[in-house]
Amino acid sequence: MSARDAILKRLRERADGPLTPPECDFAVVTNRGWSPEERLERFERWITSVHGEVIHVATHDWTTALVDVLTAKGVQRLALGREHPVAAEARRALVDAEVELVDVDRDIEAWKREQFERVDAGLTSTLGGIAETGSLWLWPTPDEPRLISLVPPIHIAVLDADTLEDTFFDVVERPGWAGGMPTNALLISGPSKTADIEQTLAYGVHGPRELVVLVRHAGGATEAGA
Amino acid sequence: MSVQSDSVRPHPVQAYSPREFHRQAHDALGNPQIRANFRKAMDGLMTKRHDSFGDWDLEILRELGANIRLRALAKLPDLLEQLEANCEANGIRVHWAEDGDQACRIIRELCESHDARSVIKGKSMVSEEMHLNAHLEEAGIEALESDLGEYLVQLNEQTPSHIIMPAIHLNTDEISEIMHDKTGTERTRDVDTMTAAARQQLRERFMAADVGVSGVNFAVAETGTLCLVENEGNGRMTTTVPPVHIAVTGIEKVVEHLRDVPPLYALLTRSATGQHVTTYFNMISGPRKPEEHDGPQEVHLVLVDSGRSSIYQDDELLDTLRCIRCGACMNHCPVYTRVGGHTYGTTYPGPIGSILSPHLMGLEDTKDLPTASSLCGACGEVCPVKIPIPDLLVRLRRESVGEGRGNVPGAGVKRTRKEAAAWKGFEWLATHPGVWRAGTSMAGKLRALTPSRLGAWTDYRSAPKPAGTTLHALVKQHEAKRHQADKAAEEKRP
Amino acid sequence: MTPVKCYPSKPEKVYFFGTCLIDLFYPEAGLDGIRLLEREGIEVVFPEDQTCCGQPAYTSGYQQEARAVAAAQLDLFPEPWPIVVPSGSCGGMMRTHYPQLFAGSEREALAKAVAGRVFELTEFLVHVCHLRLEDRGEPEKVAMHTSCSARREMGLADTGPVLLAKLGQVELVEQARAAECCGFGGTFAVRHPEVSAAMVEDKTQAIEATGARRFVTSDCGCMMNISGRFAHQKKSVKGEHIASYLWRRTS
Repeated sequence: MSARDAILKRLRERADGPLTPPECDFAVVTNRGWSPEERLERFERWITSVHGEVIHVATHDWTTALVDVLTAKGVQRLALGREHPVAAEARRALVDAEVELVDVDRDIEAWKREQFERVDAGLTSTLGGIAETGSLWLWPTPDEPRLISLVPPIHIAVLDADTLEDTFFDVVERPGWAGGMPTNALLISGPSKTADIEQTLAYGVHGPRELVVLVRHAGGATEAGA
Repeated sequence: MSVQSDSVRPHPVQAYSPREFHRQAHDALGNPQIRANFRKAMDGLMTKRHDSFGDWDLEILRELGANIRLRALAKLPDLLEQLEANCEANGIRVHWAEDGDQACRIIRELCESHDARSVIKGKSMVSEEMHLNAHLEEAGIEALESDLGEYLVQLNEQTPSHIIMPAIHLNTDEISEIMHDKTGTERTRDVDTMTAAARQQLRERFMAADVGVSGVNFAVAETGTLCLVENEGNGRMTTTVPPVHIAVTGIEKVVEHLRDVPPLYALLTRSATGQHVTTYFNMISGPRKPEEHDGPQEVHLVLVDSGRSSIYQDDELLDTLRCIRCGACMNHCPVYTRVGGHTYGTTYPGPIGSILSPHLMGLEDTKDLPTASSLCGACGEVCPVKIPIPDLLVRLRRESVGEGRGNVPGAGVKRTRKEAAAWKGFEWLATHPGVWRAGTSMAGKLRALTPSRLGAWTDYRSAPKPAGTTLHALVKQHEAKRHQADKAAEEKRP
Repeated sequence: MTPVKCYPSKPEKVYFFGTCLIDLFYPEAGLDGIRLLEREGIEVVFPEDQTCCGQPAYTSGYQQEARAVAAAQLDLFPEPWPIVVPSGSCGGMMRTHYPQLFAGSEREALAKAVAGRVFELTEFLVHVCHLRLEDRGEPEKVAMHTSCSARREMGLADTGPVLLAKLGQVELVEQARAAECCGFGGTFAVRHPEVSAAMVEDKTQAIEATGARRFVTSDCGCMMNISGRFAHQKKSVKGEHIASYLWRRTS
């Protein structure tokens, strides 16, 4: 008998008989009922508490803020997608900038060392965020592959304020993730960190040292500042 | 592929054994550095956990966590089949292993089929449990840990002393020394500098690795998804950069629905390190698709039984399998805090280890672990899935003296005729009240003769002396006085 | 989480289960508990045939022996009166583990009935007697060690401190890691003496650091352990069962 069949047989022929599954009440992880302002406030509080930076921008000219961030952080080579509106708008805005744009629609095998050693920042879109934990929700795509949010020392993520949900449970339930998961789904809550050396927090151990979240507001950046 | 390359040598890992619990405890207790490191770390973790649940109705959340795990266990064989079917449909190859050796062989053969010489590892306690690194190294395949704590412990030729924080037994100076000795890193007390050095060292290894091996925190049956919880990003690197990803996990790690994950994740991070969330929550549902540009070409899932289906047979022991490996029971255990993780000599130390290891290793080797608890209940109180750890410790004590159901390997190994006779004697006395009273009363009368040394007790404490009179006798006197007083009062009445 | 317990109104009579440690080593604590109850107008019945709750055998894994000893205690409480136990450890054994010990046997119903009537002394004084105290002692700082069984198994972290707070002249001092075990654990102290010693050493240091010269506890196992450590080190900090402390200061 194969290991599989032997294991399953033992589990099915359980000595103490079949078990009764209990009911699960999920009320405690949903129905927060937060207003958009409360959501945003919580999101910002949590993600900044773990060293994430939040910059509020107006949707119509978010790329101005992007340019400022790139300049301030001395980014010379930026990895980004091509087709997603975030990438497309960024590319347009950066056409005359000093920043060199690094294409990511290439198989990683072709440019592994380049990505690991010669990219200063990665730019990605997000599908939403979680107020309760200060998390970004990303589903990497061929246009924005998995590693650009991980390998470069700086990760710049663009989040639309109105895509924030209250809780992780809400994020999973509302858009119906279970109906079709991508090869890789990610929650990102801050830059890479460790406390393995005597519980002292250090950032950027394997992934980015910095995470900058550009929160876009359809009504303009001032809406958020209030 | 069994030729050993020059660069790869089996590491002589510092050996601890559960058989040596007493000696190892003695050594740890006598080591002020170990004592201080653990005390400081555990105090911090307890405070952080407490603070992190501030806004939550913790009891309701724990109830939900326990029910989710119980529901998964109730349907375990069905869910494993569903997980397998959905993983396969997603392109994840599923393998089954009866025990750790078989799992090691499966992983080694997968490595060999890709001519792999170098494996990079994300944190996986199951791989520690089955000594995967040693097995691979014997086959000439280098296995390098990439979680910073695991990396440091591996450099120091040790095993982890905690399931969440593997290097918690080491302080900054010791780590600086290790990095200096083993990697040539300049000595420093600056944690950022050391972290940056490790980043540099490990990035090369990520790029060069042929295979990435990781554990799994939750395996979702409904979607065929493997969830990994981490802060460092080494887990994402391990599961994304090398061309092959092999995930290895125990069969109990399956959950039914994707919606089951958020509550368990909320409990896990808060219970483990007092974090409201970890930096990364990585959900893998398949290898790279043709149109994708990164991610492994192959993903494998190795499901390991290794004693778990045996635990599963017994209604009471089953609760052991609820565990989500947060380590809160260790952080709150006054024994673990004093002796540290290595003393237990097992992959899983502390209270959860003491109720799990006997099943994995047998009671012959682990018989001192279930008794290494004062049954203070702190572990059960903080367990995010409400495992009744103290009751399970007592159950294993029963098994080890042959008064359980015989469902644990090595049951009865601790039973000695002398001790059994002593407890029979206790039973006889305590069920013969007249003799009991005579005996206790005699002990009081002879108190001057009671020994002032009582073995180990009096190495550290003064010996208790029986009181001159028992409570039974005092109550008799007290009642007599009361009767007299009542009588006197009655007589006074006309 | 301990389920919310509905407390009865103050009864005319209670049973008193003195526990074996008190019987042999600290009988005055038992008598003081009885006196406190009697002062509240309650008649205290002390079943003469009581011996031990069976916990030492139970926690050592000697289930049959524990069951036999427990069975002998079950018959001692025929009337429906509360059973007051001056120990969280023995009280926890009777309340939590008696029903488990007899589950599936013909004595299960009796075990459950007895378990449902068990109250730890300080719990009973606070929640059933609504005890009022008039402190006649000198001003004093005191530390309290609540046993792990009382704190966690019975959910009674507060009843001891509540009683002490009723003593006007007594200041209950804060203690580092108050909720941590003292290291007694019954046979644990014998099987793992060095670990237990490390625990009691920390406990005595924490108590000493408060500046209090006295600590009270509602469990004589902890007291024997902590006082024994203080005495071994020739320290002057003294332990006292909370029943004795309350009685002494208010009589």
